[in-house]
Amino acid sequence: MSTKILLQLEGVSKEFPGVKALSGVDLCLRKGEIHALMGENGAGKSTLIKVMTGVYKRDSGVMKLNGKEIQPKSPLEAQQLGISTVYQEVNLCPNLSVAENIFIGRQPRKWGMIDWETMNRRSEELLARLDLYIDVKQQLSMYSVAIQQMVAIARAVDISSGILILDEPTSSLDTNEVKQLFSLMKKLREEGMGILFVTHFLDQVYEVTDRITVLRNGTLVGEYKTEELSRTQLVSHMIGREWNPDELSGEKSNKTASAEQFLRANGLSKKGSINPFDLTIRKGEVLGLAGLLGSGRTEIARLIFGIDKSDSGVLELGEEKIAAMSPQKAIKYGFGFCPEDRKVEGIVGELTIRENIILALQAKNGLFSYIQTKKQKEIAQEYIELLKVKTPGTEQRIDNLSGGNQQKVILARWLATQPRLLILDEPTRGIDVGSKTEIRKLIFNLAASGISILIISAELEELVNCCDRIVVLRDRVQIGEIAGSDMNENRIMQMIAEGAGVYGKSGVIGA
Amino acid sequence: MASLASSVRRVTKYKIVWPLLAMAILYLFNLIVVPGFFKIEVIDGHLYGSLVDVLNRGTPLIIMAIGMALVIALEGIDISVGSVLAIAGSMAIFMLEGHSLWVAILASLVIGLLCGLWNGMLVSILGIQPMVATLILLTVGRGIAQLITNGQILTTTNKGYEFIGKGYFLGLPFAVYIAAAVFIIIYLLKTKTAFGLFLEATGANRKSSEYAGVKPRAIFMSAYAICGLLAATAGIIYSSNLSSADANNAGLWYELDAILAVVIGGTSMRGGRFYLGGTVIGAIFIQSLTTTIYSLGVPPESILLVKAFVVILVCLIQSDAFRQMLTFKRKVTTS
Ligand SMILES: Nc1ncnc2c1ncn2[C@@H]1O[C@H](COP(=O)(O)OP(=O)(O)OP(=O)(O)O)[C@@H](O)[C@H]1O
Ligand SMILES: [Mg+2]
Repeated sequence: MSTKILLQLEGVSKEFPGVKALSGVDLCLRKGEIHALMGENGAGKSTLIKVMTGVYKRDSGVMKLNGKEIQPKSPLEAQQLGISTVYQEVNLCPNLSVAENIFIGRQPRKWGMIDWETMNRRSEELLARLDLYIDVKQQLSMYSVAIQQMVAIARAVDISSGILILDEPTSSLDTNEVKQLFSLMKKLREEGMGILFVTHFLDQVYEVTDRITVLRNGTLVGEYKTEELSRTQLVSHMIGREWNPDELSGEKSNKTASAEQFLRANGLSKKGSINPFDLTIRKGEVLGLAGLLGSGRTEIARLIFGIDKSDSGVLELGEEKIAAMSPQKAIKYGFGFCPEDRKVEGIVGELTIRENIILALQAKNGLFSYIQTKKQKEIAQEYIELLKVKTPGTEQRIDNLSGGNQQKVILARWLATQPRLLILDEPTRGIDVGSKTEIRKLIFNLAASGISILIISAELEELVNCCDRIVVLRDRVQIGEIAGSDMNENRIMQMIAEGAGVYGKSGVIGA
Repeated sequence: MASLASSVRRVTKYKIVWPLLAMAILYLFNLIVVPGFFKIEVIDGHLYGSLVDVLNRGTPLIIMAIGMALVIALEGIDISVGSVLAIAGSMAIFMLEGHSLWVAILASLVIGLLCGLWNGMLVSILGIQPMVATLILLTVGRGIAQLITNGQILTTTNKGYEFIGKGYFLGLPFAVYIAAAVFIIIYLLKTKTAFGLFLEATGANRKSSEYAGVKPRAIFMSAYAICGLLAATAGIIYSSNLSSADANNAGLWYELDAILAVVIGGTSMRGGRFYLGGTVIGAIFIQSLTTTIYSLGVPPESILLVKAFVVILVCLIQSDAFRQMLTFKRKVTTS
């Protein structure tokens, strides 16, 4: 492997009002390497990337590209220098087509007009490299976050020359997509590209990266060769104290889930989104939904919470039959829903952390039982401490928080309503190793206190770890469920692979 | 120097600083150039003078702008308020013929409310773009007003009605008290109920708010309804001040002044946070500007030009990007 240095940063600092996001950070990206940038939520990874690509202006420090000092003033300028980036919060235009998104600003032309045919064909080719076969003429917003993320990656790969930066590109991808992405990354590495890669998944770090740079609280901890750094060491560097790998697994309380049913879905369905399914969630039970992308996991959650309206079937809550669910109704019944797409469906970016936390509780209480500001601050502070949100205070705008910390605030929003059923769609997406453990513990505690939890996660390991029971989906059909000692990752993968033919619709009811 | 810079930064964090600054400059200009602008006389126990005039003429605009602020907070716009003003004024004076004062006022307010609900329905239920949706009432509205007035300019001699827009109470124009009351009510609605939170959340991210249990439709409906109601209130004051209702010309172009007042007050057209205090200052600024231009004796054909120029200036000062450009240039030249 050649060791030619592509991009070098020395002593980079960046301060936001009240937050020193980076102080004196160095980074060195070499030709033909995949370099992991690691650190806890709020460590400064995304900020460093944004400083490199000209989104933010650095306060001090030097940045050299191929030995020449550069100072990109905008992402476009960085792009022209050969640095292409997929930011953590996907930055595409939801109302344009997939192909338009990939070629925006550089549409192929014929006779001075946009050559749609070429554009669509080339888009299809690009996505095929990622093993993604979708209709590129469709509007982007029609597709899930995962596919949007793949589209963003395809675009970045296509325009990159020399340097590719990926800020948590895998956070909403499934194992298969990740595999595709990694083989593409490895190919690019062979072609001599330098790739900077941010993730919170340790497995992925060890699978593809050559080197690791660790940040903590905006300072550089060090640069290491991946093969020379053990996982325990890596996490210890990230959190700044000795880490014990057992912490991660967390202990599932061996309580016996009460027999009392909380919610029953009978033949609920929505055309084109999910075929009829039956679900029962008991009080204090953690129920998981497993399946690949587009298998209908999120669709089930949206039907139960009333965001989408069902074509058939009923929801039964104890004795009550609910025909037409809506989010407002669901909240009145004590449901909470952490959506998958944090930026579009979760946070209200312009408002403060306090207002974001209080929003659902206030909506539940109604217009006139206004929660006094002082009380609001107390509630917000309580959850900031409980979930260890990294922020100078309750009055910060939420979009100034790091991605993982925003996720915690949305979780806090629902905890504040004291829900009876919590629907969590990818609750630990973008959350660092330490906080993941915290959130799992929280889920166990909530369940132990009698709250039912419906959890969706692309991480099978997480489902197996947290759930009492897992329902498996494939191609928008419920294909079976497993519970107890039957639950393991291989079994789930097998069920998904073999599909409905083997397990039938009512499925194998696990031990 | 550093502490000055930091305290400047601290102060300019508040959006209201910019309209206040613009106003201060305008008044300083008046102090130097327009003699007698600040003269206030007491005649018959009433205050008279340019300043009182600004306040008096400005009240319909202030009231209208407050309603507009709510709509703009939802990333919307209501360009029909001028027409609603005309409808409400015509309705009130039409009803005064043969009905009591209260019935006339009530009828006028109700028709304003209906106009607002109509706009709200088009925007929130049918999902029509606010600009297009309210364009309908902008054009049709004056026709409706003409139907009410039967194509004539209606006049009234009802003393009670005239008091609303012309009367004095404790030395100040009575309409000023109405504006103050409107401000206080909307302010309380914003700060003592969850309306402010719901409105700003819906305006900033409708989807997230809906998933958090806010009812966006209800919020849209109420914002447009209040906007219509306040436009009608402005219409009553306006027509009472003139003792007449002119379907064609009453409140012509007022919608633009109202929108400007909101924007000058620091509220972004992209929705989200809105500023009531800033809006009021913005409205007073625009009225002061108009009065100043008149008292300078600017030829009528250039009035709009002068106004546009000043407004552009104020908007530029408010723009973070523009201020950054200025400071950036300075740094470059000094280094
Ligand atoms: N625009 C901003 N204004 C104020 N503070 C900010 C802004 N952007 C980031 N910060 C703060 O800077 C710190 C670093 O944030 P950054 O987004 O770089 O973290 P991160 O390492 O990417 O975390 P995550 O893993 O959660 O994505 C955080 O404390 C965050 O609150
Ligand atoms: Mg980040």
